[in-house]
Amino acid sequence: MNIVMRLAWRNLWRHQRRTWLTVGAMMFANTLLVFMISMQFSMYGLMIENTLKLFTGHMQIQAPGYKDDQKMRQTVADIVPLAASLRAEFPDEKIAARGQAFALASSEDRSYGIGIFGVEPEFEPQVSSIPGLIKEGRYVRGKNATEIVVGAVLARNLRVGIGDELTLLGSGLDGSFAAAVVTIVGIFDSGVVDVDRNIAQIPLGAFQDIFFMDGAGHQVVISAPTLDAAAAVLPKIVAAMPPGSDLVVHDWDALQPGLKQAIKADMSSAFFMYGILVILVAFSVLNTQLMSVLERTHEFGIVMSLGLKPGQLGRLVMLETTLLGLIGFVLGAIGGVLLTSYFGVNGLSIPGMEEMAANFNLPTRVYLEATPLSVVIGPSVVFLFTLLAAAYPALRLYKLHPVEAMRTN
Amino acid sequence: MAAVRCVDLCKTYRQGDQDIKALDHVSIEIEPGGFVCLSAPSGGGKTTLLNAIGGLDMPDSGEVWVADRRIDQLSKGALAELRLSSIGFVFQAYNLIPVLTARENIEFVMQVQGVPAAERAKKSMAILEEVGLKGLEDRRPAEMSGGQQQRVAVARAIVSRPALVLADEPTANLDSKTSDELMTLFTELNEHHNTTFVIATHDQRVMGYAKRLIRMLDGRIVDDIEQHAA
Repeated sequence: MNIVMRLAWRNLWRHQRRTWLTVGAMMFANTLLVFMISMQFSMYGLMIENTLKLFTGHMQIQAPGYKDDQKMRQTVADIVPLAASLRAEFPDEKIAARGQAFALASSEDRSYGIGIFGVEPEFEPQVSSIPGLIKEGRYVRGKNATEIVVGAVLARNLRVGIGDELTLLGSGLDGSFAAAVVTIVGIFDSGVVDVDRNIAQIPLGAFQDIFFMDGAGHQVVISAPTLDAAAAVLPKIVAAMPPGSDLVVHDWDALQPGLKQAIKADMSSAFFMYGILVILVAFSVLNTQLMSVLERTHEFGIVMSLGLKPGQLGRLVMLETTLLGLIGFVLGAIGGVLLTSYFGVNGLSIPGMEEMAANFNLPTRVYLEATPLSVVIGPSVVFLFTLLAAAYPALRLYKLHPVEAMRTN
Repeated sequence: MAAVRCVDLCKTYRQGDQDIKALDHVSIEIEPGGFVCLSAPSGGGKTTLLNAIGGLDMPDSGEVWVADRRIDQLSKGALAELRLSSIGFVFQAYNLIPVLTARENIEFVMQVQGVPAAERAKKSMAILEEVGLKGLEDRRPAEMSGGQQQRVAVARAIVSRPALVLADEPTANLDSKTSDELMTLFTELNEHHNTTFVIATHDQRVMGYAKRLIRMLDGRIVDDIEQHAA
């Protein structure tokens, strides 16, 4: 260690209590930031996973333009064989084919316009949580059975229950009149009113028969083991599209643009609060370093008389602050990782959330994860602001006059 | 070429509503290898003159030359460079850096000068031995007596063999024995290395060591005597 570094290090410990108080403020802020940001990122991950798990999946194969304008005729041909071949090629991914149409669903008393989804009953539970949210009855079975599951709100609106029949009236792929009578075998309750009011599911084979799909469908839904894995597998899925096909693969961000916007909005408000915390710490450092510089004015006069330039003195103060900041960074990051890891092992349950989560088929505890980004981002900003706070005391040294400084006691 | 040349220096301080003339048309010339004492009662202008020669304070008018450079027009940075390379300072209050050991205090200036570590270590140990502090190199200022601290300050001032050493009341806080030892050290350095010394003092014993004694009063030179050193 050279003498300037040694001098900076020892200067820090001239007033141990003051230094530890400042380091303590940084450590507290950094620990809190690492924990809060890790929690926030973990929550976002859970939020994305749960939203996508409900229905959307991590990605979908669709006909071009279908995402923005869902027209019946924008189909994926031979959708079941395509899904089967992808399942064979990507055994780690969960893949299911769907068809989608709009129909008038009528009970004895009432009629409502709803979205009818044709699903593969054996594969749909792997890409969607709706089959697990059946509150009454069971999920659809078989490929061609004329049975249907409906949302709880829709069942209430239509005044129907298990075993009742619904008449579906719609338009087929070829423009012809599509009609069928299906039996309600299950009622699901996702807790999302729009989903529970507007969606019903029937087996894909039956869907293709009713709507004259000729083996076609509208979406191949793909779920990867994790969100990160999904990003990695997307280009491989794109590459696996049939030769000459114009099918497109959309990731979750494109399928659910509102989700990312909601996360961004939440992040903005959270980071505003973090910003206030960082500024408070910066003022603490400013106070410490300003005190430290003022009380050493005489000493700075001496070293200037020995030939040190104001810039070199400024660098000494910045070096001291850097060391101070690094101690706060390391201790705070360790504290944050330890705290996050504790909740990573034991899980975190927010009061009132457990019951709600259980109702909606969501995990009742959040298991936090400290990622390199969540560990580094907060303490780095604190460190940066610490250096900025020290700039003022350091810049003051440029105005220092050796003789006047030496007269100071 | 003179080691120090001051031409018609004037410096006025404002104290309350009063103007104090610290330097009043002062002109002196000191040859290389000179051993000069500036003597004056408190407020007589000796420290102001010393500070002007060292580039620590600027005169209101006049010229200050160190070796062949006019320094009263130099920038802060250039003055710092000059002090670092050519001038050593010894202060009344020692003014060591309290968190550094004796050896680190001496090496600090050399490090700023860019002297390699091995050379710094060699020079600092040699100078510590020269000023009689061998074995105390790892002590911090608070662990040394006033005399020992002043010797470290002297070692720090002369370790880079500056052409000029400026000392402001260097013996004010020392007992007579330590003062004599310090002045003997100054004399030896002056004789062996031809270092120019300018010492501000009102200590008669210190004046006795000087080859030349300049007396000041109210910012003016009132006497300039060549004398045989003690």
